[in-house]
Amino acid sequence: MLSCQEVTEIITDYLEGRMSLSDRLRFQMHVGMCKHCRAYLRQMKATIGGLGQLPDEPMPADVRDEMRKRFAAWNDARRADAKKKPEPT
Amino acid sequence: MANTNSDDTELIARLRAGDGDAFDALVTKHHGRLKRLARMFVSTDASADEVVQDTWVAVLAGLDTFEARSALGTWISRILVNRAKTKGVREARTTPLSAIGDGDEGSDDAAVVDAARFGANGKWSAPPIRWEDETPEKLVGNHEAMALLETELRQLPERQRVIVVLRDTLGWTSEEVCNALEINETNQRVLLHRARSRLRARLEAHFATYEC
Repeated sequence: MLSCQEVTEIITDYLEGRMSLSDRLRFQMHVGMCKHCRAYLRQMKATIGGLGQLPDEPMPADVRDEMRKRFAAWNDARRADAKKKPEPT
Repeated sequence: MANTNSDDTELIARLRAGDGDAFDALVTKHHGRLKRLARMFVSTDASADEVVQDTWVAVLAGLDTFEARSALGTWISRILVNRAKTKGVREARTTPLSAIGDGDEGSDDAAVVDAARFGANGKWSAPPIRWEDETPEKLVGNHEAMALLETELRQLPERQRVIVVLRDTLGWTSEEVCNALEINETNQRVLLHRARSRLRARLEAHFATYEC
C-alpha cells in the first residue's frame, strides 16, 4: 500500500496519466481510503484549474492600432504583387 | 491543442482574402496569452510587447504558406516561443531549457511537501489544511487567492514557471512543451510537479492564514 507521502510524490504522474495500470489502481485505492490525500488531490486539481483561468495580459490600444496598420500594409503589398504577376496564357 | 479546425479554416480564408476585421479578431483573441507567454522568456514588459509584435509580423509573412497541419493558435505560439527564446538568450536572462539536469533549481524543493508533515510510516501527521475553495470553480471566484496565485507564479524558478504556464495556463500538451523547449518528457514532468506542488502549498498557507 502506498503511503501518504508517496501519494504526494507521484500525484503528477497520476494526473498526467503516466502510471502503469497497477500503480494507478494502488493510487486510487489509497486515495479512496484516505480523506487527507483526497483533500490533497482536490487541492492540486483546484490549483491547476486556477492556473488555467488566470486573466490574459491586457492589450494596449496602440498595439491594436499598430497591428491594423501592419495588416493593411501586408494586404496592400500582396495585392500589388498579384497585379505584377503576368496573366496566365 | 488540437489540429486545425473548421473555425481556423474559415479564419485563415478570411485573412488571406484581406479581411482586416478577421485579423483584428485574431489579434484580440491571442494577444493577451502571447504576451503572458513572452513574459516567461524576457525580462521586461516592453521586451515582451516587442516579441509579440514581431510574432504578428511573422504570422502575416507566413500566412500564405501556412499548411494548417497544426491549429492556428499552436502555430502562432511556436513562432512566438522561437522569437522569445532568441530574445531571452540575447538578454542573458534565459539559460537554455535543455540544460536541465539532476537536482535542477535547488534540491531544497525536491521533497514537495515538507517531510516533517509525515510520520515515520509516511502517513500524514500534519494533513493538508482544508480550503474553503477546493474546486477550480470556487478558487477562480476567489479574487484574493487568484491574485496570490499570479504573484506566486512569478516567484517560481524560471524553468518551473515556463513549464507550468505553458501546460496549465496556456493548455499546451506535454509533447508540445517538450518539442518547443527541447527537453525530455521526464524532466518536463518533474518540473511541472514541483511547480504545481509549490503553488498548492502557497495557496494552502494562504487559506490557513486567512480562513481558518
